[in-house]
Amino acid sequence: MKTTADTAVTTQVYRVYIKATPQAIWDAITDPAWNARFGYPGTSSYDLRPGGAFRAVATPEMVQAMQLPEELADGEVVEADPPRRLVQTWRFLFDPELAAEGFTRVTWEIEQDDGGISSLTLIHELENAPKTAAQVASVAHILQGGGGWAMVVSDLKSLLETGSPMFGKTEQG
Amino acid sequence: MTDDDRVFKALGDPTRRILLDRLFERDGRTLTELESGLEMTRFGVMKHLRVLEEAALVVTRRSGREKLHFLNPVPIRLIHDRWIDKYRERRVSALADLKTELEEEPA
Repeated sequence: MKTTADTAVTTQVYRVYIKATPQAIWDAITDPAWNARFGYPGTSSYDLRPGGAFRAVATPEMVQAMQLPEELADGEVVEADPPRRLVQTWRFLFDPELAAEGFTRVTWEIEQDDGGISSLTLIHELENAPKTAAQVASVAHILQGGGGWAMVVSDLKSLLETGSPMFGKTEQG
Repeated sequence: MTDDDRVFKALGDPTRRILLDRLFERDGRTLTELESGLEMTRFGVMKHLRVLEEAALVVTRRSGREKLHFLNPVPIRLIHDRWIDKYRERRVSALADLKTELEEEPA
């Protein structure tokens, strides 16, 4: 029998404070022109309505350098309330074992704080997906097959605050 | 206080580090679970959790009637990128230089 506590263990929560407006953070997550510039070398596209498709695609360089398939992840938009809340499903596709775990659920919450600061909270519900959980909790470098959420959201903060990501897409690790 | 100050202050206490270690072992715990085995009043544990929350090292979420505490690794990641990585690289390269120098030295 699953208790609340058991369920909670499979959830991961990441929060970062960013000197940016909620709209800027929303755009950075959902707009391919922005999301190409942080995290995994690739782009994410969202059809921002319930049932709309989510798709993350690696850059050709990434595909070649890391022997990856082009499709990194897919999913579906569950709820889109710009610029505050985005709920989506998430399934990794670049590895058969990860893909076999199926869809997990990611919630992005953006809140305006004081002094031009906003908080971004990412909640990843990972029930029955231990390998996906390990992947998103990874602290290895993005270009060494790691790139967990902590690194991705830190990179997003760096991009929005300084104009350049920490783990530059052109910089090979 | 800057974000870094809050994180260093929060980490500068053994009880708060124990609380973080507990969440690292198993995430998403209630106050009752976190305080068990600690020789401290519930109020004292709450105070420590508040400092951890202010540093964003702990994020709370409601789940039904329960308030669950989650370890947020992002502030430590940012400290790591800002402070640790930089110095580690320099130290490692200094040691590597020393090794090269010593090994080149004729016996």
